[in-house]
Amino acid sequence: MDFNDTPAEVRFREEAATWLSNNVPTDDAFWALTPLEQAKLWQKRKYDDGWACLGWAPEFGGRGASPIEEVIWRQEEAHYVLPTNFFLIGQGMIAPTLMAWATAEDKARYLRPLASGEEVWCQLFSEPAGGSDLAALRTRAESDGDDWIINGQKIWTSGAHYADYGVIVVRTDPTLPKHKGLSYFYIDMKAPGIEIKPIKQLTGDADFNEVYFTDVRVSDRQRLGEVGQGWQVALTTLMNERAAIGGGIGKMDVDLAISIAQGVELDGQPAIDNAAVRTRIADWHVQEAGLKYTGYRSLTALSRGALPGPENSIGKLVGAPKMQAMASFLMDLLGASGAITDEVLAVKAGIIQRAYMGAPGMRIAGGTDEIMANIIAERVLGLPQEPRLDKSIPFNEVPTS
Amino acid sequence: MNFEFSEEQHLLRDQARAFLAECCPTDTVRAVLDSDNEWDHALWQRVAEMGWTATVIPEAYGGLGLSHYELAILAEEMGRSVAPLPFSSSVYLASEAILTFGSEGQKSEWLPKLASGECVGTVAMWERPGALALEQLATRRQGDSVSGVKSPVPDAGVADVVVVLAHSEAGLEACLVPMDQAGVQRQSVMTLDASRGHSILAFDNAQAEVLGHSTIEQCAWERLIDGAAVMFAWEQLGVAEAALIQARDYALQRFAFGRAIGSYQAIKHKLAAMYVKNTLARSNAYYGVWALAEKSDDLPLAAATARVAGIQAASFAAEENIQTHGGMGFTWEFDCHFYYRRAKLLSLVIGSEAVWQDRLVSGLTHKSAVAA
Repeated sequence: MDFNDTPAEVRFREEAATWLSNNVPTDDAFWALTPLEQAKLWQKRKYDDGWACLGWAPEFGGRGASPIEEVIWRQEEAHYVLPTNFFLIGQGMIAPTLMAWATAEDKARYLRPLASGEEVWCQLFSEPAGGSDLAALRTRAESDGDDWIINGQKIWTSGAHYADYGVIVVRTDPTLPKHKGLSYFYIDMKAPGIEIKPIKQLTGDADFNEVYFTDVRVSDRQRLGEVGQGWQVALTTLMNERAAIGGGIGKMDVDLAISIAQGVELDGQPAIDNAAVRTRIADWHVQEAGLKYTGYRSLTALSRGALPGPENSIGKLVGAPKMQAMASFLMDLLGASGAITDEVLAVKAGIIQRAYMGAPGMRIAGGTDEIMANIIAERVLGLPQEPRLDKSIPFNEVPTS
Repeated sequence: MNFEFSEEQHLLRDQARAFLAECCPTDTVRAVLDSDNEWDHALWQRVAEMGWTATVIPEAYGGLGLSHYELAILAEEMGRSVAPLPFSSSVYLASEAILTFGSEGQKSEWLPKLASGECVGTVAMWERPGALALEQLATRRQGDSVSGVKSPVPDAGVADVVVVLAHSEAGLEACLVPMDQAGVQRQSVMTLDASRGHSILAFDNAQAEVLGHSTIEQCAWERLIDGAAVMFAWEQLGVAEAALIQARDYALQRFAFGRAIGSYQAIKHKLAAMYVKNTLARSNAYYGVWALAEKSDDLPLAAATARVAGIQAASFAAEENIQTHGGMGFTWEFDCHFYYRRAKLLSLVIGSEAVWQDRLVSGLTHKSAVAA
C-alpha cells in the first residue's frame, strides 16, 4: 500500500496545479464582485481552458476525464478559496439527468452553458407535503394542447432566486398510484406565474426558497422521459445527490477540538488532560480518520478504474451528527462564553456556534439520518423495505394529514 | 493512491476464509467451549502446516518473511471464525517480542519452533486488576530466575514458552521462561471466553533468560504493543463482521407481526449502525496496518485509532446481534454468545478502550506539537 499517485496521475496533478496557479484570480477587482459574479467569472475561465466539468464528454464542454482525474482536480482546486457551490446542483445532479433523458437538441442547447456557468439551474422536488416521502408531491400539471399548466408549491429550493432554469417533478395523473402519476420537466425560472420567496432558516440565513406556481405554462417539448415516467427520471437526479451534498463540514475537526481543549481549563487543569474530554476527542478522531481512510479506499478503486464499494454511503450519516456533537461539546468547554456568536468576540470567530446552528440542517438535507440508515440497510445489507400502504392505490385516495 | 491489498493478498484472504469455514465452523468453537480443552490442537497443527504461524518471522529463523499485510488478513479471518487457537498470543505477542528484543541465540532457538507451530508462546503481563502500569510490576528477576504471579495469562495452558514482563535492579525486562519446569506453577482460570484457555502463573525462582540480555525501554515495549494492537484490531473487525452477518441473516428469516423483522426500521437502523462502525473500523485498520508494515512514525496514533475503532465495532456488533435475535440470542444453543465473549475478551487483552482512547489523544497532541 502507498498513498502515491501513478505516473500518469502525477502528470495530471502537475498540469492542474500549474494551470490553477496561473489562473486563480488574485486581483482586488475580483474580490469586489458579488459571490455569484465571482463564481461565474471563475467557472467561465475554467471552461474556456478545458477545466470545467472534466468528466463530461468534449461535445458538452468537458474533456472526458476519468473519475480519479476529477478527484485530483477537485483536490487541487480545494487549495484555493473559490466560490464553486452555485453550480453543484446543476452540474452534479441535473446535468447527468439531461444527458440521460434530454433530446440531442436540448443537450446541445443547455449543457455547454451549464458547464461554463453562464446558466445556473435549480431543482424543484420537495414540497410541504412530501420531504422524505418525495413521491407524495401534489404540484399538478394539466395538459393544454401542446402545453402543460402547472399549479402548486415547491419548497427547499436552493438558488431558485438566481437560477435561470429548473427541473421539476409534477403530478400529471392523480388517479394513478403515487409513483406512476408523475412527470418530469425543465422550466424557465423567469416564466410568468412563478413566485419565489426566501425561507428564513433558524440560522437567520436564507439559503433556500419556497417557489409558488400559478398557471405556469410549459411546453410539452420540455418534458424529460414519458408522461408518467417522472419518478424514474427523478431517481437519475437523486442518485447523483449524495455526491453534490455533504462536502461542507468545514473546519469543525479534531484539530480544532484539541486546540480548544488545550486553551481552556477544567478542574484547574487544561481540559485536554481530562479523561472525559480525551474520550470524546478519541471517538471523534475514530470517526474522522475512518471517513478519511474510507475515502482513500474509494479513491484507490477509482484509480484502478473500478467502481467504489458502498462504504462511502456512511459519510453524511457519520459527519453531520459528529459536527453537531463536537460543536455542542466545545461550547460546553468554553462555558458561558460558548454562547457568544459575535465574530470579533467569539473564540475561533464563531465557527463553532455557526456549526452548531447549521448542523440540524446537515442532518436533514439530502436524506435525513434516518433515511440514510434505511438506504444502508436496504441497498447495502439487503434488508426489505417497510410495507407501504399507499403504493398501489390511486394517489387521490391516499389518506393525508 | 494505492490503499488496498494486492491481488495475491486478496487470494490469501479467500483461501484463509474458505479453509476456516470448512475446518473451523462454529461447531469447532462450541466443542472447545463445552469441554475442558483450552484449544483445538488438531486445528492448530493444520494452521501451522499452512505457515500461518510463520507469516512475519524472517526466513533466517524458519519463517515465511511475509509482511504484516498478510498477517492482518489472517487476523481478520481468525476473528471471523472465533478460532479456538492461541494465535494472537503466540504470533502477535510472543513471536514479535522475541524477534524484537531477543539475542541472536534466543531468536535462533525459539523462532523456528514458533514459526513451525511446534511450540506455542504467550506473554505474561498482568498481575492485578486495573490498567497495566509497567513501572509497578511486582514480578522480579534476579540472576537466572524470576519470581512473581501473573494473572490472567492467555493460552498459558497450551504454551511452551512464556515472555514474562518483570523488573530487575536494572529496570524493566522481558524474560523468556520455558513452561516445562518445577519453578512454574499453573492453575487454569475460568474467563468469560472458555474457547480460549487462561491461567494464573506462579513463578518461584523459575529459570529465566532476559530477552536480549538487557533492560528494555518502556516505550519500546509500547511500540511492540502498538503493532499487536493493529493485529487485534483486524481480529476484532472479523468478529464484528461475523456478528453483523449473523444479525442480518436472522433479520431476513425471522418473521414477527406478519413480516421479516429486518423490514422494521428499529432493526434496520441497528444494523446500519453496525455497518457504519464496522466500516470505520475497517478503514482505520487499513491505516494501522499500513503504518505498521511501512514502519511509519504515525504508528502510535494509527494503532490506537485502529484499536479503539476495533473495540467499538466488535462490542457493538456482538451486543446488538444478540438483541436482534431476541430470546434465542440469549440461549447457549445459538452461536451469538461466541462473538459476545470473544469481542469482550479481545477488548481487554492488551489494555482496554479507555487506555487506548488516552493513547490516541496523546498521539494527536504529540503530532500537533511536532507540527508546531
